[in-house]
Amino acid sequence: MLSLIVILPFLSAFIMGVVYLGDTKKKRYLFYTLIGVGIPAISTVLSFIFGIQLLGGSEPIHHTLFQWISIGDFNIEIAFMADRLSVVMISFITFIGTLIHIYAAGYMKEDEGYGKFFAYFNLFMGSMLLLVLADNPIMMFVGWELVGLSSYLLIGFYHKESSNITAANKAFILNRVGDFGFIMAISLLFISLEGSGFTFESIKANISMIDHETLTLIGILLFVGAMGKSAQIPLYVWLPDAMAGPTPVSALIHAATMVTAGVYMVARYSFIYIEIPDVGLFIASIGAASALFAAIIASYQSDIKKILAYSTMSQLGYMFMAVGLGAYSSGIFHVFTHAFFKALLFMGAGAVIIALHHEQNIFKMGGLKKELKLVYITMFIATLAISGIPPFAGFFSKDAILITAFASEHYILWSIGSLTAMLTAFYMFRLLFTVFHSQPTQRKKLHALPATMTTPLVILAFGSATVGFLGANEAYGGNSWINTFLALPDRALNISHATEYMLGGLNVFLGLLGMGLAYKLFAQEAQEAKEDSLFRKVVIHKFYIDEIYGFFILKPLLVLSDFIAKVMDPKIFDGFIYLNVWGYRKAAVLFNRLQNGKVRYYALYILIGVSVMSYYLILKLKVMS
Amino acid sequence: MSPQLFFLLASILFSIGLVGLVSRKNLFVLYMSIELMLSSVNLLLATFSKVLGDAGGSVIALLIIAVIAAEAALFLAMTVHIYRNNRTVDSDHFDKLREEAHNA
Repeated sequence: MLSLIVILPFLSAFIMGVVYLGDTKKKRYLFYTLIGVGIPAISTVLSFIFGIQLLGGSEPIHHTLFQWISIGDFNIEIAFMADRLSVVMISFITFIGTLIHIYAAGYMKEDEGYGKFFAYFNLFMGSMLLLVLADNPIMMFVGWELVGLSSYLLIGFYHKESSNITAANKAFILNRVGDFGFIMAISLLFISLEGSGFTFESIKANISMIDHETLTLIGILLFVGAMGKSAQIPLYVWLPDAMAGPTPVSALIHAATMVTAGVYMVARYSFIYIEIPDVGLFIASIGAASALFAAIIASYQSDIKKILAYSTMSQLGYMFMAVGLGAYSSGIFHVFTHAFFKALLFMGAGAVIIALHHEQNIFKMGGLKKELKLVYITMFIATLAISGIPPFAGFFSKDAILITAFASEHYILWSIGSLTAMLTAFYMFRLLFTVFHSQPTQRKKLHALPATMTTPLVILAFGSATVGFLGANEAYGGNSWINTFLALPDRALNISHATEYMLGGLNVFLGLLGMGLAYKLFAQEAQEAKEDSLFRKVVIHKFYIDEIYGFFILKPLLVLSDFIAKVMDPKIFDGFIYLNVWGYRKAAVLFNRLQNGKVRYYALYILIGVSVMSYYLILKLKVMS
Repeated sequence: MSPQLFFLLASILFSIGLVGLVSRKNLFVLYMSIELMLSSVNLLLATFSKVLGDAGGSVIALLIIAVIAAEAALFLAMTVHIYRNNRTVDSDHFDKLREEAHNA
């Protein structure tokens, strides 16, 4: 039954793909919608069933389909495991995934590639669930690659524009860099375990076999994989470009689920990271740097989806800060709450984009408060949630992370986190006020929004407002239910309630400060940021990171390729082969002369041959002593 | 008489035969050279038979002389035929098996 959760989306993706390829012209709107939305819904129900089962105190559920690879000690099974961590993940992935599928049915309605879209989308669902439910690192890697593939396909969904294809390629290639780290890590892990089983549980049991240095290396390499998938410095540049895909894709893949795979992986391997706190600190520092960096860039962007993309990167930074500091449950909790409000923000943004006939610049929107009341309210809730205003979801999860940073006495990380929290509130409210409050520019009549697009917004808004209570800690009257349930090897924190209130209060204050600042600057008359100072110029151009990568990595590679293609290949390698050919031909002409058909010459050759052999036998092998 | 002299004689005969085979073109001379080499081997057989005191070698030597006689008859018949067809007994004339030269 557990395998059905994974298999069904793959199956439906396959069926829809075949039907779509059978006749790409036909719409078959009902068929694709029914299968494309129905299958994730079934997966959701199944996930909830398993969730309830584990909630009732059941042991992790295992399900083996069949033996995949068996070479000596190397036994890999197609097997799934639902423990507490993966059950939490699949529950929200399938639930939010289904909502986004419903939303996509409205969003993509007029697209001619409707069937293709749902085939890819279900493929993604299957891959993501495979990643999360994997029983061993190899299966996880398969899922990891498949989500990369479906992400690639969906980013390049509007394939008629070459810039979208470039964006898709960029995402795919940068992910390969990360995957290199991942595959090195699991290979190293396998070698150092010396064939004592390769499922997560057996690795956990045998972790003491590996010495500290190797473990450190494995930890770093795994994190390189996470950097690629979860868009952390320095492998983040693909995420903003990935917004070239349809908005539901951005909501599902590049906000709620796939990009959090890196955080999930660190939590999954928490039994390794708990042994190597130095690497954890490194992860946390990268996370904090990414969070601040992305927040600064987001504050100066004009494209609604790009802002949200950088915001995602920033929030992912928080998550890595948490898991790096050993607060795995807080990290997963933030993944969980973030999935709600970020999916909601993206879907709201998508609704605005559709309503305004595919306008993405926030400074060309303005004053939509009245016309798009529902979208406004839901997005307001999501913005409050992401800004960390209580009692919305983001407050509890972000607060838990900042408390962790403070309590583990990494004050620099904590202050970066708090600063980012303020910036988050600032750029999110900047977006909100600019889109919904500021003076409207003249525009065409708004495109009507179908109910399929608005209903998921309401459900997610409800979620964004309430799911935070699941992880509210004792200071706020909760009992950190999610932490208790996940039962991850969290580092114990020693901090008084008074300090927690103080930190929470500070966060709220910073959030409100950012909000107020945004209100003052953007609520009445929104101005697009101008490149009038050096700082702004640098920030608006995203710190020229793309250009720097282009100059230092891309260009040398191109020059090298050019050199190989135009000089090394034709001159050196081909030249060598041509020289050989010339030599053989000349030799052939020479040997040709020997074969002249005259018997006595052949007798001479035999004479020479026998003489040489005799000489060799006599002198070298000493036949005659 | 020591067998070494016989070995020497056999070697000389064989060498003369070999040189004749390689250096001459006339089919008859070639045939004679081959016979010379065969005879030298025969001589060796007989010598070894004597040295080792085993009659088998001499028997085979006699047998070979009979074979040589038959061979001579066959060879002469063939050569006459070849001469009738080609009006020559120059062995270099018969080079149909040579590889045609290719231009590299």
